[in-house]
Amino acid sequence: MTDSATLPREDETSNSETCARAPVGLLAELTHRCPLQCPYCSNPVDLERANTELTTQEWQHVMRQAAELGILQIHLSGGEPTARKDLEDIVKTAAEVGLYTNLITAGVLLTKERLARLQELGLDHVQLSIQDVDAANADRIAAYKGGSDKKREVAKWVRELDMPLTINAPLHRQNIDNLPAIIDYSVEVGAGRLEVAHIQYYAWALKNRAALMPTREAFMKTVEIVNEAKERLKGILVFDFVVPDYYAKYPKPCMGGWGRGIMNVTPSGRVLPCHAAESLPGLEFENVRDRPLADIWLKGQAFEMFRGTEWMKEPCRSCSRKEIDFGGCRCQAYALTGDAANTDPACSLSPLHQDWAQVAKEESHKPSPEFVYRRMGKSGPAAGA
Amino acid sequence: MSEPQTRSRLIIDADSILKLPRHIKLKHDQGRGLYVILAPERVFEPDETSVEVLKLCDGERPVNTIAQILAEQYQAPADVILADIIDMLQELADKGVVKS
Repeated sequence: MTDSATLPREDETSNSETCARAPVGLLAELTHRCPLQCPYCSNPVDLERANTELTTQEWQHVMRQAAELGILQIHLSGGEPTARKDLEDIVKTAAEVGLYTNLITAGVLLTKERLARLQELGLDHVQLSIQDVDAANADRIAAYKGGSDKKREVAKWVRELDMPLTINAPLHRQNIDNLPAIIDYSVEVGAGRLEVAHIQYYAWALKNRAALMPTREAFMKTVEIVNEAKERLKGILVFDFVVPDYYAKYPKPCMGGWGRGIMNVTPSGRVLPCHAAESLPGLEFENVRDRPLADIWLKGQAFEMFRGTEWMKEPCRSCSRKEIDFGGCRCQAYALTGDAANTDPACSLSPLHQDWAQVAKEESHKPSPEFVYRRMGKSGPAAGA
Repeated sequence: MSEPQTRSRLIIDADSILKLPRHIKLKHDQGRGLYVILAPERVFEPDETSVEVLKLCDGERPVNTIAQILAEQYQAPADVILADIIDMLQELADKGVVKS
């Protein structure tokens, strides 16, 4: 899961006032359980445990409420969503109420039979993550032996079933040189889309920043490679390219603007404006077990806090880009400046931008430390990484 | 990698016969009062003309016929409409919204 799986962007819906009222997408983190241990996982460092997860009926109720609220697309994510045995029931309900269903999966737990069943029940699209095209390196990054081979097989099944496939390849210093091969791989397995998202440094990725941050030179090379491939593969592979904040001039419009187009429901039913929002102090996160989804979206304190532009300070407040990037990411602003209402340091107008870019420069040029793998209840360095 | 380039770009011309792939959904969104195209991890907001054209992409009519239908409907020259919708459909084909 990366931010780039969110909507809306560029030439897409979002601009009308109506869409400010109703979200376009809902990211449903069905579980935080995952057999993989990627050190850049976007889940919070404190993972929610299986016994707190919403029940089948509760998730089905979320799907029905989402459709009523005007949500168009459901992104079934995790953790690993296929770790839930009732994924079929949830997909079935989502499809029945007219939601466009997207499965965001690592693939390793899937069988072809299960995939076919999910398709039959109405699953519209599969996004499959890969860690690298070099199998040994991929399995090392995910800390999961045989994962890479299994993923290739899953990609084949998706295409054999004539389902649309997106390959999601998070990019960082330990796989960045293989970008051309990642592009070839995506064409070869029959993907229609490729998400090459440079890692965004929150949660686990922030813990592992020094092990993941590419140099500016390596990053610039990826821009060239993607631009060339976009042109060459027009009509064959659609690219979704997310650049690393640390080397950007302006911040990303995180979540397309806070409380504007996307909402996130955690495994235990907490409703968040973005998947990292729990890192912010002073926000109250309500639960779908306690309050209707529409009420939480429209009136919830956490959604109201940074919705629109009223909360902004300078330099955002008087900035001509404030409706374009919405001041960037609140979570990053808080993590790095201590105040979530400050400008995201990804912005060159932030007083902290220079120091921050310097951190990236230094870390990316030092030898990489070992990964801190994503694990439940453990956050110490991994042995023998 | 062995020969990754087995797929090729669909080039639209007057004889192209197009349809929406199963996973592309053109639907009217009641709440927002507009048409949307639901695609993998994307929602497009087509303009009125695109909606008209997409509704006529039924996997049987060639683009040429679609241009004639619209020319009559809007009382506009068919060749101008044809050129416009070829451009539009090429853009949509490149986004994966229509296929042959």
